[in-house]
Amino acid sequence: MYEHDVIVVGAGGAGLRAAIAAHEAGADVAMVSKLHPVRSHTGAAEGGINAALQEGDDWELHAYDTMKGSDYLGDAPAVETLAQDAPEETINLEHWGMPFSREEDGRVSQRPFGGLSYPRTTYAGAETGHHLLHTMYEQVVKRGIQVYDEWYVMDLATTDESDPNDRECHGVVAYDVQSGNIEGFKANQGVVLATGGPGQAFDHTTNAVSCTGDGHAMAYRAGAPIEDMEFIQFHPTSLPSTGVLISEGVRGEGGILYNNEGERFMFEHGYANNSGELASRDVVARAELTEVNEGRGVEDEYVHLDMRHLGEERIMDRLENILHLAEDFEGVDGLVEPMPVKPGQHYAMGGIEVDENGQTCVNGLYAAGECACVSVHGGNRLGGNALPELIVFGKRAGRHAAGDDLGEPEIRTGYGDDVEDETETELPVQPGEAGLDTTGGVAADGGVTADAEGILERTVETARDRVDTLMDKEDGVQHAEIRAKLQKAMTDYVNVFRTEEGVKKALEIIRECRQEYQDVYVDDPSKTFNTDLQQTIETRNLIDVAETIALGALVRNEFRGAHWRQENQIRDDENWLKHTLISWDDGEPSIFYRPVILEGQNKTYEPKERSY
Amino acid sequence: MSTQQAEPETQEAPEDPEMKGAESPAAEERKGGGMVDEHAEKKAELEGETVHLKVFRYDPEVEGKQEPRFDDFHVPFEKGMTVLDSVMYARDEYDSSLTFRHSCRQAVCGSDAFFVNGKQRLGCKTQISELEQPVRIEPLPHQEVVKDLVVDMDHFYDQMHTVEPYFQDEDTPPVDDLEEQRQSPENREKIKMSSRCIWCGACMSSCNIAAGDNEYLGPAAINKAYKFAMDDREGEEIKEHRLRILEQEHGVWRCQTQFSCTEVCPKDIPLTEHIQELKREAVKKNLKFW
Ligand SMILES: Cc1cc2nc3c(=O)[nH]c(=O)nc-3n(C[C@H](O)[C@H](O)[C@H](O)COP(=O)(O)OP(=O)(O)OC[C@H]3O[C@@H](n4cnc5c(N)ncnc54)[C@H](O)[C@@H]3O)c2cc1C
Ligand code: SF4
Ligand code: FES
Repeated sequence: MYEHDVIVVGAGGAGLRAAIAAHEAGADVAMVSKLHPVRSHTGAAEGGINAALQEGDDWELHAYDTMKGSDYLGDAPAVETLAQDAPEETINLEHWGMPFSREEDGRVSQRPFGGLSYPRTTYAGAETGHHLLHTMYEQVVKRGIQVYDEWYVMDLATTDESDPNDRECHGVVAYDVQSGNIEGFKANQGVVLATGGPGQAFDHTTNAVSCTGDGHAMAYRAGAPIEDMEFIQFHPTSLPSTGVLISEGVRGEGGILYNNEGERFMFEHGYANNSGELASRDVVARAELTEVNEGRGVEDEYVHLDMRHLGEERIMDRLENILHLAEDFEGVDGLVEPMPVKPGQHYAMGGIEVDENGQTCVNGLYAAGECACVSVHGGNRLGGNALPELIVFGKRAGRHAAGDDLGEPEIRTGYGDDVEDETETELPVQPGEAGLDTTGGVAADGGVTADAEGILERTVETARDRVDTLMDKEDGVQHAEIRAKLQKAMTDYVNVFRTEEGVKKALEIIRECRQEYQDVYVDDPSKTFNTDLQQTIETRNLIDVAETIALGALVRNEFRGAHWRQENQIRDDENWLKHTLISWDDGEPSIFYRPVILEGQNKTYEPKERSY
Repeated sequence: MSTQQAEPETQEAPEDPEMKGAESPAAEERKGGGMVDEHAEKKAELEGETVHLKVFRYDPEVEGKQEPRFDDFHVPFEKGMTVLDSVMYARDEYDSSLTFRHSCRQAVCGSDAFFVNGKQRLGCKTQISELEQPVRIEPLPHQEVVKDLVVDMDHFYDQMHTVEPYFQDEDTPPVDDLEEQRQSPENREKIKMSSRCIWCGACMSSCNIAAGDNEYLGPAAINKAYKFAMDDREGEEIKEHRLRILEQEHGVWRCQTQFSCTEVCPKDIPLTEHIQELKREAVKKNLKFW
């Protein structure tokens, strides 16, 4: 058994920042990550980090844009914290040596991004995430923070009180990918989940293969509610063949979208008469698909993004990486041809419910980064707002876990007297019901609250049994088949456009996947670097996460942000200024709601019609 | 648990019908639930167009895989298919024990550097259509093989860490926490290429010197040091300290300008040039050779 004060699961932007903060607060901190830190998906971020740095801009404008962008589903205390802390945190990265792009006077450059009233996106070429990730990893090396890389975290060791608010998380169970050994990691002060997004629930995604929603699923099974999962961002410009992202920076710099008739459709078909290509992402993604559905798409599948008119010099200076991506993955030379693009799953606005300090309702359990929902992005995230979230809330979670006093949070978590109960929506299938090989979740049984070590040991035992069961089974279904079926269902039915019937169909297929998973087996008999085993466990997590996305999409029968519903194409503020929460009780999901907080420090954000 | 690279040809596995790709009955069976039609359709469209892969296999733990060998896979070709796509297909459809690292699919995570047709390349950045068939896919040479295409990266990471890869001037930042250090666009441009390294290890694997001298820092680590040494935001004193690390016995002077690192780097970093420039800097600063 390993033992540390704070255990950070995941070593992307959020995890690295949390670890550095916990270390600075005096804790003995360790990072446990299934990938070596520099392989984390944060490295793929291109566009930039929003922070109000310049004169003429200020945090209140940033907060306002974010609230509007969220379609009034962001919680004001979280949104304001983001906007207030982003400048210092961004400049801090600069102090750590991050190579930002520069102006003539040597100051960091900023550029316009969709949905922003000021050009406040700070960037490093079109490789901002790469530099952010490496810069923070360098600081982890400098501080000598222990990293267990290529260790896959399977579950949390949590007590089993019937009310999750009374539960306590004492550590995690992980297996060493290289050797196959399963061990407990005891956390004396706290566990921070920073496991990134769940993009692999879809088959056309900009997300890495590692983005399998492990943290979501582990927290969910431990009793922490999952919040607002119906809000999935589909990025308007991903390459059709692979899903590789073409940064919003292209449109920020002046790139233009055309349909197959050469029309600049954002204006000519009236989707966004003011902002055109720079309207927020949900608006542009719907516009593109409408063009395709109405027969004005190229090859019935995509539209064109043109940056040729920007000129080679500007492209090489600010978007060089984009040229390489278009060339390597689509065989298109962006200097002489327009690039093919279509919407692709990109980001999950929802996630594990946390407060401003990163804490979940389970004591000692934190979450930060894309796996968490504070919530700053509400119904729709603005481009350039995820990276500041990683550093602002990653830092807060790390500090709080290490025992720093950050004051009482305003955001509440878990089931409590401020929630609205149950849903009237009829579900097509009885969801949930974990089965044999799919155990996991709270470790102590029979209400006996054992000591921390006992709980950890028991969780380790459960994990070992689970792996043995998967490995011993001689035949059955392979995870890849289930995963492919799940991804297809999500892309077919819970995509940019959603219908009640479609989402119900998706839930039925998810249920089938869950059943098929009872028969899953691992073909590779080796303990050494068994990716078959790892992916089999990940697939179970994807099923859980996909179910929360589809359930959320079914019950929210309104149109808000990225969540579009055919039957209800209006934003229903009267009934829906609230968060959807799904928690895993007694082996199946239950749904409840918590009102959104629109009161900020100095003002209340009044919901307005969102137009761009 | 280490193994040397198998000599090609000699350890060729007999053609196993299970591995034979699209025709395999076992593979066909696995495609349950509504997928069969779609696959059949796709297959018909690409009739005859399959890619022949020869993939290195080794597992220290599994009997029958302890002797390194090559397995043949025939995967249906699709336009735009990369080497990574092809091995993923082989794994998901024919043999789930086929093991390799990969994650981003877009040349930024650096985890899928393989030895493809005799050259270090990123699997996700290499189009199948550019390669001669059969496509031979092996783990990076000069590194211990853990299993199949997975090599031990510890030595590579250790060398990266040796050069103190972190910015060392943040103790004297501008007075205000909200004030950045200034850096000219020209200086930023100077370090731009060096800052692109994704730690894939291709350069190190291609370097003859590194193969013969385990202590040689190697092109990636030297390039990492270059990024800091050339950044004007770090002061003169620390620059000198960095050059001292670099010009030690197993540092820059070991490089014999063979350019193999520069040739394989998927990020087009002019590694050899950077190493030469650091040699010149060390001479200018009058640093003593070891
Ligand atoms: C292509 C792309 C471009 C983007 N561009 C921008 C942009 O320009 N601006 C912006 O603000 N946002 C951008 N985003 C969004 C932003 O980059 C991501 O939301 C963010 O990087 C996620 O960071 P993270 O730290 O939460 O997770 P990640 O960086 O994904 O890290 C997750 C970590 O968790 C580990 N992990 C996962 N599961 C386990 C497990 N079971 N056990 C152990 N470890 C585990 C992984 O190894 C990894 O280290 C972009 C996203 C994508 C996909
Ligand atoms: S310098 Fe190039 S080849 Fe070497 S590790 Fe970095 S990216 Fe890979
Ligand atoms: S998969 Fe990330 S570099 Fe190839």
